[in-house]
Amino acid sequence: MEYRTVLTTCTYCGCGCGLYLEVMDGHVVNTIPCKTSPVNEGKLCVKGWNVHEFVHSPKRLTQPLLRKNGELTPVSWDEALDFTVKRLREIREAHGSDCLAFLASAKVTNEENYLIQKFARAAVGTNNIDHCARL
Amino acid sequence: MVEKIKTEVQQLLISGKIKGFLGLREQHGQVGPYLFTDAQDLEGMVIGDRLKPGDSRYPLNKQLMRIARCYPDEVFGVMVRGCDERGLRTLFGSNQLNPEKVVSVGIACPQELADACECLKPFPDEFVAGEPAEARSFQTVAKLDAMEIEDRFKVWLAEFSRCIKCYGCRNICPMCYCKDCTLESRDFLAIGSLPAENPIFHLTRAIHMAGRCIDCGLCNEVCPADIPLRTLYKKIADIVEEEFHYRPGYGEAGTRPSFKILGEDLQH
Repeated sequence: MEYRTVLTTCTYCGCGCGLYLEVMDGHVVNTIPCKTSPVNEGKLCVKGWNVHEFVHSPKRLTQPLLRKNGELTPVSWDEALDFTVKRLREIREAHGSDCLAFLASAKVTNEENYLIQKFARAAVGTNNIDHCARL
Repeated sequence: MVEKIKTEVQQLLISGKIKGFLGLREQHGQVGPYLFTDAQDLEGMVIGDRLKPGDSRYPLNKQLMRIARCYPDEVFGVMVRGCDERGLRTLFGSNQLNPEKVVSVGIACPQELADACECLKPFPDEFVAGEPAEARSFQTVAKLDAMEIEDRFKVWLAEFSRCIKCYGCRNICPMCYCKDCTLESRDFLAIGSLPAENPIFHLTRAIHMAGRCIDCGLCNEVCPADIPLRTLYKKIADIVEEEFHYRPGYGEAGTRPSFKILGEDLQH
């Protein structure tokens, strides 16, 4: 028998609400807002309340997919990244840096968001940066 | 106060009377529910009074139901305040928990919490820690009752209008155990759209709290819009007592109300 509550942070937006995931025999089964979290003080929105639902979803991507002959095909990370770099380079050379845009995320850390804007501005040369929280 | 609970839990675990104890633990700077299974590892156990009395209470009976459904043959201990005990009794009465499989370890709430909760009985029948505080009447209800009915209705419409439909009141409620919830039924409500239908969404839930709400107040605390749900459900409980002479969780453990179906008495 295993029943645990795991303290974590909601992944849905940038607020960072504190919550506990209830884990029963290795499966995440429920969400409980953390009463002592200074961010949300024991409250959650409807998304936060259901954050446990996607964890074991069979619809989650588990490996990179590349569209080959119209079909999404599982490929290695190396192949996926090489293809992405090749196409981004081709597009930039043909149409200029401002034909590319970067979408940052509220679900990652400040440091990772810093990196993507730095990459966009310094490496690629565009100010086209937006983020997923503009919903 | 927590040392007395720890001693009791340690004895229960060592004697093998319980498989685990569902209580609260402070870990990583936060307080949350925790299932203690090792008598030698009760470090960090708290009663939920971090900065002020009762500021980190959780619906432990709800978590207990979840565990008991997976392990129906095991006996578990659970920390209870007065409201939690009322909850246990009502859940026993509606066959959601087996009284032979639950050992409660009681604490009495301090007066400050009893005052804030307007609690009619801020202590369980038996408790190992705390001193029994005095009961308090429902001043919040009396204040609203003193208003004209039209004004009262306007107050509630204004309160409900802030609802963001997070379903937090339903989700945190230790007495909400239905597999199919009316608040998610398309036959009764517009599902998946905002704003929440006013006042139908909240009145639907209020009706379902009749004969069920044990006045723990967690719904009030969880509401991001600060809707005074507890006051609403206190009023519902008053009406149920007046009409049916029943208040959930009071009286003998496992007792059911004298009626089978709410409303049956009114038909005769």
